[in-house]
Amino acid sequence: MDSALLVHRLHFAFTATFHYLFPQLTMGLAPLIVILKTLALRSHDPARVDFYDRAARFWARIFGVSFVVGVVTGIPMEFQFGTNWSHFSRFAGGVIGQTLAMEGLFAFFLESAFLGLFLYGEKRLSRWAHWGAAMAVFLGSWLSGYFIIATDAWMQHPVGFVRAGDGSAQLSSFWALVLNPWAQWQYAHNMSGAGITGAFVMASIGAFYLLSGKHVEYGRLFVKVGVLAGAVFCILQIFPTGDAQGRMVAQNQPVTLAAMEGLFDSAPGAPIVLIGQPNVETGKIDNAISVPNMLSFLTYRRWNATVQGLNAFPKDQWPDNIPLLYFSYHIMVGLGTIFIAVTVVSVFLLWRGKLFSARWMLWILLLSLPFPFIANTAGWMTAELGRQPWLVYGLMRTADGYSKSVSAANGIFTLIGFMGMYTVLAILFLFLVNREIERGPEAQPALAEVVEVS
Amino acid sequence: METLWFAIVAGMLTAYVVLDGFDLGAGVIYLVVARTNEERHMILRAIGPVWDGNEVWLIAAGGTLYFAFPLLYASSFSGFYLPLMIVLWLLMLRGIGIEFRAHIHDRVWQSFFDVVFSASSIVLTIVLGAALGNVIRGVPLGADGYFFLPLWTDFRVSANPGVLDWYTVMAGVVALVTLTAHGAHYVALKTRGDLGRRSRRLAMLLWPLQLVLTGLSFGLTLLIQPAILDNFRTYPIGWLVPVVVAGSLAAILWAMFREKELIAFLASGLYIVAMLVGAVFALYPAVLPASTGAQFSLTIYTAAAAHYGLGVGLIWWSIGMALALGYFVFVYRMFRGKVEMGEGHGY
Repeated sequence: MDSALLVHRLHFAFTATFHYLFPQLTMGLAPLIVILKTLALRSHDPARVDFYDRAARFWARIFGVSFVVGVVTGIPMEFQFGTNWSHFSRFAGGVIGQTLAMEGLFAFFLESAFLGLFLYGEKRLSRWAHWGAAMAVFLGSWLSGYFIIATDAWMQHPVGFVRAGDGSAQLSSFWALVLNPWAQWQYAHNMSGAGITGAFVMASIGAFYLLSGKHVEYGRLFVKVGVLAGAVFCILQIFPTGDAQGRMVAQNQPVTLAAMEGLFDSAPGAPIVLIGQPNVETGKIDNAISVPNMLSFLTYRRWNATVQGLNAFPKDQWPDNIPLLYFSYHIMVGLGTIFIAVTVVSVFLLWRGKLFSARWMLWILLLSLPFPFIANTAGWMTAELGRQPWLVYGLMRTADGYSKSVSAANGIFTLIGFMGMYTVLAILFLFLVNREIERGPEAQPALAEVVEVS
Repeated sequence: METLWFAIVAGMLTAYVVLDGFDLGAGVIYLVVARTNEERHMILRAIGPVWDGNEVWLIAAGGTLYFAFPLLYASSFSGFYLPLMIVLWLLMLRGIGIEFRAHIHDRVWQSFFDVVFSASSIVLTIVLGAALGNVIRGVPLGADGYFFLPLWTDFRVSANPGVLDWYTVMAGVVALVTLTAHGAHYVALKTRGDLGRRSRRLAMLLWPLQLVLTGLSFGLTLLIQPAILDNFRTYPIGWLVPVVVAGSLAAILWAMFREKELIAFLASGLYIVAMLVGAVFALYPAVLPASTGAQFSLTIYTAAAAHYGLGVGLIWWSIGMALALGYFVFVYRMFRGKVEMGEGHGY
């Protein structure tokens, strides 16, 4: 691999991976904060109103810290299309510039305006208006997600464009771009993934409070909201969104599906590999444990359907890092399955009234905190590695898209700069969030003490 | 159509400079005018609810530039690779400086973020000015529409320029002084007491400097790019620009003597708008002039996306902009008035 190409790929992969740790948390927490604000709004007892409002303020603070990191690491993503991937931008800007510009105009303005009101304006706004501000932040962050997914979906499955005289892609149908069927399923799948992160983080911190005997009332609330929301998102994650996403890949990127599943030879009644390492040299799965016929069924709903293996495609169409793609996909699916088990058992215990005293389950919830982040990251790696060797599927290869004028040395220089900067950001973030968790929701001021900014 | 989008992108970038300009300027003067912790806190509270929204103008303008002029985006962003990466790091430091400072009430912690916030504001202001200077001076575009600039070469305006040369450094200084004054007017408008008084005094001191630099920057620009007068000859309406520049400078002075802070602040904003409009008007229809020969310059016609996309964009852009302006009016109304002492520390 050309070293400048490798540097630019690593540059984007590193900054995107780090960035997405934060939006998945804010997009996941936003609806949960709306739920807490709704509970407050529906309560009549002033003590309960205060209880739910403090809970919402506690999460708003964690949301605020995550949001800042998400914003400052998000700006480099937009810039890098031009700085590191200028040939791609020249080729595709006439199409995906639409969705990226719309994100700024429709989502960021909404989000930033109302986040200021939500964080600083509680005293100045009526209860309903403050609830509305929380809702607007939720909508803004979820809208933002859609425009980004629509951009990525065009790279996965380009629609609604024509090739201009200079070879670039130019928009020919706005609605085809915005309503790209790929974007719709990918969005649903991605957002339920973010929902899982928000729900698990809330449940995990709640479990921590219950286990340590601090802020117990709040701990119960967080565990309850977390596992209930988590169960809903986990189920949506597999069905229908994950299932539909998988079949879309099978239909439009069959070679990607074969690489994800580690299927080398086309076969009727293809098995699904649960565990094993794909060996690209020998074209086999080492140490395989697989379920016969399952892949055929999941993909085509017929036990004996033929699924095309990697060998059915020319090698220059194969994703260029099959093992990493395979492992990303298997980690995502494996964790998704475990999440369903965790939330279903938790909801069952909650229903029986035993969850808050089942310390073993609370431990599981506490320790589950990092895994949704890993699963979401693995999911994005599956999507983006699976698209290789294409930058825009079937139209432009990744090797043709990077900035030829930016040398590998300059790329490494700024990559190191980002690594240093993001290490500092990560330390500060963990430090501040840890401090908020230590202080707990009870340290949040009552409304009378909430300071407005005038 | 291309001209319209050129005006839209230029307008959004101008909005960014005017709006983020005052919170950048507040950052520049932060350590100088705000001596006590209480005063620093007042400045941060004056910009706290709005700085993030102001910065969104940069992101939205960047997105709009990408969509309307993909070739310009590709060429300039890869060519200005190093300074843009530095801008990104500065934006990061500044963002966390503002937001993380308030989370811990500890002197060491807050002193650290005070310096982070102010230093990144100062450097960012200079870099933004230098960036504009680069666009006016022109860059060594090749026939393929790409270039790459090192951070500096020999600081001369020559065939082999760097991002920093004497002209762009001058542009950086103009930006620093202009936005510092702009920020001082904002702080004067939003605060009372010693803090407000010191900000007014600083703005007063900066005014003669602004006057001198306005003339100097015009003269030096004429020296390195004599062609900037062409558009003024073709469209004499352009001579309104220097009139507005002079008028707004006079209005700033008048308002300062009368202690009309809002008028001084608005006039300062108008001055920035007029200076930028002048630069953009002089460049048109070029968006990135080539120092290697006019035939390589990127113009709005060579860099624009196809007409269908631009036409559709006009529809959603108008809707989105109307909504965004609505939020802005709403938020600024909610947080209007002066920041008072002793209001505590937010939650």
